[in-house]
Amino acid sequence: MTSNKSAIELVGMNKWYGDFHVLKDINLNVAEGERIVICGPSGSGKSTMIRCINRLEEHQTGKIIVNGIELTEDLKRIDKVRKEVGMCFQHFNLFPHLTVLENCTLGLIWVRKLPKKEAEDVAMHFLERVKIPEQAEKFPGQLSGGQQQRVAIARSLCMSPKIMLFDEPTSALDPEMIKEVLDVMVELADEGMTMLCVTHEMGFAKKVADRVIFMDVGQIVEENNPHDFFDHPQNDRTKLFLSQIIGH
Amino acid sequence: MSDFKALPDLPAPTSSTGLAGWFRSNLFSTPINSVVSVISIYFIVSFLIPVLDWAFVSAVWTGEGNAACEQASGACWIFIEDRISIFSYGIYPADQTWRLDIAFALLAVSFGPQFFDKFPFKMPLAIFSLTAFPLISFYLISGGAFGLEYVPTERWGGLSLTLILAFVGIVAALPIGVVVALGRRSEMPVIRSVCIGFIELWRGIPLISVLFMSSVMLPLFLPEGMNFDKLLRALIGITMFQSAYMAEVIRGGLQAIPRGQYEAASAMGLGYWGQMRLVVLPQALKLVIPGIVNTFIALFKDTTLVLIIGLLDVLALVQSAIEDPAWGAVETEGYVFAAFCFWVFCFSMSRYSQKLERKLHTGHKR
Repeated sequence: MTSNKSAIELVGMNKWYGDFHVLKDINLNVAEGERIVICGPSGSGKSTMIRCINRLEEHQTGKIIVNGIELTEDLKRIDKVRKEVGMCFQHFNLFPHLTVLENCTLGLIWVRKLPKKEAEDVAMHFLERVKIPEQAEKFPGQLSGGQQQRVAIARSLCMSPKIMLFDEPTSALDPEMIKEVLDVMVELADEGMTMLCVTHEMGFAKKVADRVIFMDVGQIVEENNPHDFFDHPQNDRTKLFLSQIIGH
Repeated sequence: MSDFKALPDLPAPTSSTGLAGWFRSNLFSTPINSVVSVISIYFIVSFLIPVLDWAFVSAVWTGEGNAACEQASGACWIFIEDRISIFSYGIYPADQTWRLDIAFALLAVSFGPQFFDKFPFKMPLAIFSLTAFPLISFYLISGGAFGLEYVPTERWGGLSLTLILAFVGIVAALPIGVVVALGRRSEMPVIRSVCIGFIELWRGIPLISVLFMSSVMLPLFLPEGMNFDKLLRALIGITMFQSAYMAEVIRGGLQAIPRGQYEAASAMGLGYWGQMRLVVLPQALKLVIPGIVNTFIALFKDTTLVLIIGLLDVLALVQSAIEDPAWGAVETEGYVFAAFCFWVFCFSMSRYSQKLERKLHTGHKR
């Protein structure tokens, strides 16, 4: 399903927090329709890297090109990139003062400037896709974690992004809720969405990823297709990491 | 096999319902509680009886002039009745007071429905009361246009002046406070310093000196012949002063909003103002409703300070009325009346804020 056209290009990207070098010379090319899973120990810079892609974090040197638009300080470019890229967070970050439906229509009404009625139709369509249309009138605080994360996915999809970023979408969930969220993500992957997903769900990685990337101390240490990545890891750090997460 | 023998009946459980039950469980549940209850009831009753007697039973409600009050041991309410129009309108021309009545009736009609849940046109009415209403009432009260007689602000006074000061102060201080609070958290150093300067300046000066400066010192700095209204100067002083407090209250709310909310809103493509207006401020303001209303109530009561620059609000008029030799000792009545006026408005604000908090509560925060 992947084409040769690249959706995201990171070229020699570096980022510092003060003196701390978080991301070191990152080079990554993501083709349209490609599904990438990023894993690695905590503090390795995985979240920071994908947060740079929609400019929630600023990079200092190197290039980030999203759908042909290079990210710079220019606010118009940042806006354009954010229109192409949807994001789901570890802690969902739904807006607690708005209903589920209003959470989904907010961007449609105020960013896409759709009339309210139309926005609600679009929102309901995506709420049905994540299988919770019946919760539309509730507030996020009344839903379970898994339901909240599915609302968050629907909220991003409403903006019809070409690329979806997932930042540990299941890490804050109870085990029995992880599946319902992963199911939605698998469906999305099957439809050909370009996805970058920071996760430790190795089952998900094996099932949908075209490529698995392993990061440690701010560098991409190893990247491979899931089969080779899990069965024949090359780098010692990757081996250690995999033995730790699978070994018990 | 022994005969069946029923155990003796237990005594009936003590009643826990009805008046007797309520007394037993709430006031006399243990010997110590009973003693405390009896002592408290004794003190409350011995304090309340004279107060109620003074205010209602022995009070004089009807009659003419001081003579009617001379024999009475209770409150002389006919003094208040006699002066009610001056307390309400000050020295506003007596034949024009209907204009004030209309303005405040409009206020009641446009704000009153906000106290009720199911009332049609609440939103349009709220917008009206914040936009068209101030303009209409300004022309209505001040006149000088549409064939209405011009009434200079020197003649505004009484409870109506108190309400005008409080209304303008509240309506202006909230938005200014929001803007200053946002400015104080801005990443742009110039805007941030200006806002910090504004807050620290106004918060560091007592309101009395702000009012003094506005009425005595400011004219010295203005070019000759240029003069603007004393009431307007007082209003600006009060508004600036309370905006500084308001800004700090609102900043408290802004700081309580987790970063994830800003990030989710940016990821969605909302710009700074969109994020603030649609995501951050609605949550932040809701969090600090108690603090905001606290500031409103303080503002309402602080309006009494305008008497030191010669504006006659309700308290100032009460003070001058009780010195009238035509009446006996009516200080208590006067001050109780003034206190009651303030209490009614402050209490309504407090109730409204509690209602608003309940209404805006949307379950657990995430």
